[in-house]
Amino acid sequence: MSDNSVKTSGKRKWSMAVDIDKCTGCQACVVACQSENNIPINTEDLFKQRRAIQWIRIERYWEGEFPNAKVRFIPLLCQHCDNAPCEPVCPVYATYHNQEGLNVQVYNRCIGSRLCVNNCPYHIRFFNFWEPSWTDSLKNQLNPDVTVRSRGIMEKCTFCIQRIRRTTRESDKNNQQLKDGDRRLNPACVNACPTDALVFGDLNYVDLDTGEKSKVAKLKEESLSKNGRGYKLMGELGTEPNVTYLKKVDADSGHSSHGGDSSHG
Amino acid sequence: MQEHVQLDQKEINKDLLDTIFHTPMWWYLAVTFFGVVFLIGASAFGYLLNQGLGVTGLNRPVFWGAYVVNFVFWIGISHAGIMISAILRLTQAEWRRPITRAAEVLTVFALTAALMAAPLVHTGRPWRAFLPTPWILPYDFARGIWPNIRSPFVWDPMAISTYLVASSLFIFIALLPDLAIIRDRSTGLRRVIYSFLCLGWRGTPRQWKLQIVAGILLSALVLPVFVSVHSIVSWDFAVQIGTEGWHSTIFAPYFIIGAIHSGVAAVATLMAVMVWVWKLHKYITPDHFDAIGRLLIVVGLTWFFFFFLEWVFALYTLEDPEIAMRKLQVFQWPWSGMFAVFLITSFIIPVTAWLFRAVRRSLLWMFITTILVNVGMWLERFLIIVPGLMRRTHLVFDWGSYQPSIIELLMVIATFAWLCLGMLVFSKIFPLVPLFDIKEAMINREKIKIGRKEIPASIRE
Repeated sequence: MSDNSVKTSGKRKWSMAVDIDKCTGCQACVVACQSENNIPINTEDLFKQRRAIQWIRIERYWEGEFPNAKVRFIPLLCQHCDNAPCEPVCPVYATYHNQEGLNVQVYNRCIGSRLCVNNCPYHIRFFNFWEPSWTDSLKNQLNPDVTVRSRGIMEKCTFCIQRIRRTTRESDKNNQQLKDGDRRLNPACVNACPTDALVFGDLNYVDLDTGEKSKVAKLKEESLSKNGRGYKLMGELGTEPNVTYLKKVDADSGHSSHGGDSSHG
Repeated sequence: MQEHVQLDQKEINKDLLDTIFHTPMWWYLAVTFFGVVFLIGASAFGYLLNQGLGVTGLNRPVFWGAYVVNFVFWIGISHAGIMISAILRLTQAEWRRPITRAAEVLTVFALTAALMAAPLVHTGRPWRAFLPTPWILPYDFARGIWPNIRSPFVWDPMAISTYLVASSLFIFIALLPDLAIIRDRSTGLRRVIYSFLCLGWRGTPRQWKLQIVAGILLSALVLPVFVSVHSIVSWDFAVQIGTEGWHSTIFAPYFIIGAIHSGVAAVATLMAVMVWVWKLHKYITPDHFDAIGRLLIVVGLTWFFFFFLEWVFALYTLEDPEIAMRKLQVFQWPWSGMFAVFLITSFIIPVTAWLFRAVRRSLLWMFITTILVNVGMWLERFLIIVPGLMRRTHLVFDWGSYQPSIIELLMVIATFAWLCLGMLVFSKIFPLVPLFDIKEAMINREKIKIGRKEIPASIRE
C-alpha cells in the first residue's frame, strides 16, 4: 500500500481536453474507437434508421452564408459528468460513477430501460436495437479485452477503460509511475488523432521526478482561466463534465465566434 | 330523484347469474375473436423477443414510444376501480352499487395490460427484468447489488403491485357472498370449485360483519394508492432532468386527474356495454348514466384546468427547449393534427355534450362521448411522450422523428383485446354485478309499517 502511494500521486481522476482549433474533422478517432471497442459496423441502413452506434462522433456545423461559409467540427463523446444525470435514474445500477471519475456502464446489469439516454443532455449513450454483427472477415479483429455487447443494452464511451486498467495495473505491479500521455494508457481516439486535438490524462497527476502536472490538467487550468479558450459543453446545465473543450480561433476575426455557449450550450 | 324498481331476490338471482349457467353463442364468438387478436399480438411479441427492439419504430432520440404511451394509458384506465369503489363507497354514493365490481375488474385487467405494455416489452432485455435474476420483484439480494432506490423504475413496480394486490383482494372479498349463491345452485365439480373459492361462506352475522368491515377497511387503506400510483407513473417522466418538457412539478396532479378522467369515462363505456351485452337494463338505468355523467363533468373540467396550468407553467419560464417542444406539439404536422383531435375528443365534444340531460341519459351518446374521451387521452400521452423526446435540442445531429411500427401497433391492439377477453371470461365465471350489494340496496329502500307510520327498514344510508 505505502509503496503504491509513493509511485502514484494520490487518487486518479481521468479527464480529456478537446482542442477544436486543432480538429480537422478527419474522423480518425471515430474509426479508432470503432475498432478498439468492438462497435458493430454502422451500415447506411442503420444511419437511415438513426440507430448507428458511435461512441465518439464528429458533428459538423455550417456557419454563415455560402461565400463566407465556415465549417465547424466538434468531436462529441461521453462527457463523464461528475454530476451525471444518467446515473440516478438507472433502476439496476448499471451505470454509476467510479472512484476515478469515470461514468461506467455495467453491461451485465443493464436491462435496457433507456431512462439514462432520455436523461443525457448530450445524447451520447447508445442502445443496441439489433444484435451486433460483423462480416466473417472482421470477426477475427475483435478486441479480446472488450465485451461484445448483446442487443437490448446501453453502451457508451468508457475512456477505453480496458487500456486504463491494463496500464495502471502493470505500472502498479512494477512499482513504476505511469507516465503522462503514455500511448498504452491513452484511449484509442487520442492515439489516433493526427493533430493532437484530443488530450487525455490524470488530473491529479504530478510527475515524481520533475514535479510537473499532467498535460490535460495544465490545459484545463489554463483554458478555463479568465481569457482562456476553454468551456464545458452545455456547462450551464451543471452536469460538470470531465471533458474540456477549447474553442476555435478564427484567423480573420482573431477571436472565436464558435464553440461558446451561444451555439452549443 | 332516482326512480326505484323493487325486484325480489329470486328475480335478482335469476337475472345476474344467467351468464354463469347459460352460455350464449355470441360469447364463444367474441372470446374467439379477442383471443385471436390477442394471440396475434403475442406472436408480435415473440417476433420482437427474437429480433430485438429494432423491429419497433424507436430510434434516436425517441427512445420511448407506443409501449410507454400504452402503459400510461392503461394505468390511467385502472383508476376507474379506485374512484368508483373507494371514493364513491366512502362518500356513500348510492348509484355506485351495480358497477362496483365491473369497475374493479376493469382495474385489474387494465393493470395487467399496463404490465404487459411496459416492463415486459419495453425493456431491452425483459428476461433480465424478470427471470432468472429479477430486476425488482422479487429481488435477488444474494448478488449483493440492491436496486437503485433513486430510480423511478424501482418505485413503479412497488406502486403498481400494491394496487394490483389491493384491487384483487377487493374483488375477492366482495365476491364471497355471491360465490356462495353460485355454490348452492350448482352440482358436481363446479360445486366443489365454488365451495373452495367461497371459503366456507354461510352467511352468518359474524361473516357478514367481517365482510363489510374488510370492504370498508380496504377502501380506506387503498385511498393513498389513489394518489400514489399515477404520481409515480408521472415521475417516470418528471424526474428526468434531461428531458425539459417532462421535468415539471405539475406532472403528478396533472396525470392523476387525467387518469380519473379516462378511468371514469371507461367505466361509463363499460356500463353501456354491460346493458347491451348482458341485458342489465333493470340494474343499470339512465339514472346511473346521469350520475356518472355529472361526475364526469366535474372531473373533465378539473382535468382541463390542470392541462391549462401545465401549459402556463411551461411557457412562463420561456426556456428554449420547452418552447421548442410546445411548438412541435402545436404547429408541426402531424403532431398539430393530433393535438387538435386530442383537444376536441378529450374535452370539447364530451364535456359540452354532458351538460345536456338528454345526452347523459342516453346510452348511445354516453358510449360515444366516453369512447372519444379515451381516444383523446391516448393521444394526450402520445403527445407528451413523443414530442417531449424529439424536441429540437442543441445538438442538431440528434434531431429525428418517430412512427410506431406495425409490431408496436399489433401489441397495442392486443392489450385492448386482453381487456375484452378478461372481462368476458370473468363474466362467465363470476357475476359481473354484485348480487348482495343490489339486494342490500333493495332492503335499504323497503319501508316497514309501524302503526300508521312508514319508516325505512334500514337507516344505514
